[in-house]
Amino acid sequence: MKAKFYVLLFGGLLLITSCELDNYNEPDAILTGNILYDGEAIPVARNQVRFELWQSGYGSPAPIDVAIAQDGSYSSRIFSGDYKLAFLPGEGPFRAPTDTLYFSVSGDKEMNLTVTPYYTIQNAQFSHAAGSIDASCSVNQIISGADSRAVERVTLVINRTLFVDANSGSEGSIAQIDAEDISDLNNISMSVEIPSDPTKPDQNYIFARIGVKIEGVEDMIYTQVEKITF
Amino acid sequence: MKKHIFLLVIIALVAWSCSKTDEEFLDRPSTSILTQEQIFSDPKTTLSVLADLYNRYYDFGTVEDWSTMARFNIAYWSEAGRYPVFQNNGWGYGEWSTWDYTYIREINLFLERCAEATELTDEDKTRFLAEARFLRASYYFELVKRMGGVPLILESETYDFSGDASYLQHPRETEAAIYDFVISEAEALKDILPTDANTKSRATKGAVLAMQARAALYAGSIAKYGATTPQVSLPGGEVGIPASMADGYYTKALQAAQSIINGEAGAYALYTKKPDLSENFSSIFYDKANNPEAIFVEDYQVGGGKTHYFTGANQPRFGAEEEEGGRINPSLQFVQSFELTDGSYAPLANESGGEPIYYDNIGDIFEGRDARLAGTVILPGSSFKSTEVDIWAGVVLGDGSVVSGDSRGQEKELPGSTGQVQVVGFDGPIDGLEFTAQTGFYIRKYQDPATGSGRRGTQSDVWFIRYRYAEVLLNAAEAAFELGQSEVAAGYLNQVRARAGITVPLTAADVTFDRIVHERYVELAFEGLHFFDLKRWRLAHVVLDGNPISESEVTQNIGVATKRETQPYSIWPYKYYNPGDPNDGKWLYRILRLSRVTGADRFQMGNYYSEIGQNLINNNPLLVRNPNQ
Repeated sequence: MKAKFYVLLFGGLLLITSCELDNYNEPDAILTGNILYDGEAIPVARNQVRFELWQSGYGSPAPIDVAIAQDGSYSSRIFSGDYKLAFLPGEGPFRAPTDTLYFSVSGDKEMNLTVTPYYTIQNAQFSHAAGSIDASCSVNQIISGADSRAVERVTLVINRTLFVDANSGSEGSIAQIDAEDISDLNNISMSVEIPSDPTKPDQNYIFARIGVKIEGVEDMIYTQVEKITF
Repeated sequence: MKKHIFLLVIIALVAWSCSKTDEEFLDRPSTSILTQEQIFSDPKTTLSVLADLYNRYYDFGTVEDWSTMARFNIAYWSEAGRYPVFQNNGWGYGEWSTWDYTYIREINLFLERCAEATELTDEDKTRFLAEARFLRASYYFELVKRMGGVPLILESETYDFSGDASYLQHPRETEAAIYDFVISEAEALKDILPTDANTKSRATKGAVLAMQARAALYAGSIAKYGATTPQVSLPGGEVGIPASMADGYYTKALQAAQSIINGEAGAYALYTKKPDLSENFSSIFYDKANNPEAIFVEDYQVGGGKTHYFTGANQPRFGAEEEEGGRINPSLQFVQSFELTDGSYAPLANESGGEPIYYDNIGDIFEGRDARLAGTVILPGSSFKSTEVDIWAGVVLGDGSVVSGDSRGQEKELPGSTGQVQVVGFDGPIDGLEFTAQTGFYIRKYQDPATGSGRRGTQSDVWFIRYRYAEVLLNAAEAAFELGQSEVAAGYLNQVRARAGITVPLTAADVTFDRIVHERYVELAFEGLHFFDLKRWRLAHVVLDGNPISESEVTQNIGVATKRETQPYSIWPYKYYNPGDPNDGKWLYRILRLSRVTGADRFQMGNYYSEIGQNLINNNPLLVRNPNQ
C-alpha cells in the first residue's frame, strides 16, 4: 500500500515537473484563407494543389506544405513569426503570383491569396434523371493572349462521398468530353451514369462537380461540390 | 640494503633498455587491416576491392527484392502486408530516388589509387581501371534515369577544415550532359575491356556497348517525347533534352547496338537451345551454361555465400518448399497482351455474346499464343518443378451460382451429390488469401527449377540479367524505327518474335510506335525496364492516370501504348458442374477485380524525376529542384 503511494506520489511529481522540461511552445497561430479570383474561391482537387511557407531563422530551412482544400480554402497551424510564401512553378490551374510574398504572423491570421485562373466554370447546373446525373455549364477563358492555354477536356465527376475529383477512386464515376468534341464552351452538357454496386449500401444522394483540364497544366479547376438528392 | 640494490638494478635496466630503435620495434604491421600499398600491389586484393564496387551496383528491379520486379500494376502482389500498394492512389515525389555519392567517391578513390599502383602489371591495371570507370558510368546512368542531371564528380574531393565548404558544392549538370558522359565513357572503354562473350559478371566490351545503346536510346526518346510534356523540364536543362538532339542519340544507339549484333563484341546471340519455345524462353533466365544471350549479369552461387530468395517468394504455393510463395501474380492485362501466333491481338475468349465459353482442359484458353506467355507466366494447368499447379477458383453450378471455399483445396458437398469434393484449387485463387494465385497466375520468369531453390536454407543462384541480347535487338529496332528505317527495325523485331513462335513476320509498314512499346512490354517484363520505358516515352502519366479501370474497358485496346495500367485485373478458372449437361466437367473463365484493389494509381508530373531531398538542397544550395514538386 505504502509502495503504491510512493509510486503515485513520485509518478505524479514527475508528470508535473516534466512539463517544465518541455520548453517549446506549441504552434500558436492558425493561418487561414482562400485562393481567390474576382472575390470567389477557386475550387480544386483535394490535397493536390499546394504552396509552401518558409520560416527563416531556425536552422535548416524546410518548407511547410500547405494543401488547398477542395473548396479553395486553406488553413495551417504554425508558429508566430516571419514567413515567406511561394507557389511552386506549375502548381494549380491558375497563374499564381510569381513574386514571393513576405508576411508576419502573430496570433491567428486570415489572408486571401489572389490568383488568375486560366478558366472559370460558370452556371453549373446538376440534375438527376433515371439513374444518371446530368450537368451543364459554361467555361470562360480568363487568361487570353500569349499566355493562354487551351481546354483539354471537361469532366463530370460523381462520387458517393464528399470528396470528389477526377482521382477520387472507385467510389464514383466520371464522364469526359474531349476538347475536339466541344463545339461551344459556353454551353456544355454531359451526363454520367450512377454506378450500381451491390456491395455498397444504397443512398439517395450523390456528390457531383465539373472539372476542366487545361492543356499542359496538371491540376484541374472545378466547380464547388454539389450534393444531389434523389 | 638488498632491496635497494634490486631497485637500482631495475632502474638501470629500464634506463638502458630505452634506445632509439624502440619506435621501430613497437611499430608492428596490423594483422587485421590491409594498407593501401598492400592492396594495390596484388591483383587479387585489388580485384576484391573492385568486387565490392561491383556488389554495390544499383538495380531498379532486382531478384533480391521480388517486389521491385513487378511494379506498376503489371502484377498483383499476393502478400497480406502489401495490399495497400493497390489501395493508394500514387507515389510520393521522393520515391525511387538515389543519391549515393559515397559510392562515386569510392570509385574515384579506387581509380586514383589503382592508377598510382606500381606493382600491378599494366594489363591488370588497365582492365581494373576500365571496369571501375564502367561502374561509375553505370551509376551515373542510374542517377540520370531517376533524378535527371546531377553533379558530375570525377575525382575524390577532400574537405580542408577551413569552415567554408562551398568549394565542394557543385551544381547539377544538364540531363543531356550526363547521358553524354555515359555514352562517351562507353566509347572510350569499349576497346579497353576484353571482348569475351563468356565473361558475364564482369565488364566486357559487350556490356559497355549494351549500356551505350540503352543510354543513347533513353536520351533520344527523352529528347523526342519530352516535347509532349514541356512542363517536365527545367530552364537550365537539368531536366529535359532539346528535341533537336534526338536523331543524334538514336544514331548512336543504333550504332552501338549494331556493333553487338555484328559480333564485334563477341559471340552473342539469342538463346535457342531448347525445342519447346516457352521452356526455351524461361531457360534464358536460369541456364547459366554457355548462355549466348546474357551480356552482363549479377551472378549468385549456392554454397558460395551469395544467394537470393526470389523463387522462395514466388514459387507456386501448392507443393512449395516452404510455407509461402506465390507473391507475384501477373495481371490479366499483361497475360492477354501476348499475341496469337499469327501476330494478332485478342482478349482471352471467356465469353461470347454474354454466354460463357466452355473449355475441355483448363489451359485451353491460353492455347495458340506467343510462346513467351507460358515462359513468363505460370498458367493454370501448367507445371513448375514437375508439379502441376492447382489454380481454379470454384465450381459453377447449372444456374450460374458458384460454390467455392475460403481455404486452399477446401472440400464441400455439391447439390445433388453425396460426399465431399474439392471445390477450390490448392493454389487458390481465393480473394484476399495471400500466397494464392489471386489473379489466376504466378510468375515463371526468374523462378529457379533447381531443387532447394525455394528453401530458405538453400535459396537460389539464378542470375539477374542486366543486359541481354534480345534487349539489344529491341533497342536497335526502336532506334532504327525512330530514324525512319522501318525495314531494319522490322528485321530486328522479327528475330525476337520468331524465337517466341510468332509465325507471321512484321513488314516495314507494320512497325509502329505501339508495336515497339508492345514488344518491349512482353519481352522485357519483370526485368526492371518497364518503368524507364514509361518515363522516357512520357507515357507514365497517361497509362497511370488515376482513373479506375472498368470491366468492359479491361479487354479493349490490347497492344495500344496508351492503355490504362492503373489497376491489375484477374481472370479465374471455374469447373462447370451440371450432371447431364454436355458441358459438365468443363472449364469456364470469369474476369474480376479483386476486392483489395480499391485504389487507382496516378503518376503525377512531379513523379517523372524523383525529388532531391531538402537536406541535400540545404547542404548544397546550388542544386535546383526537379520540376512540378
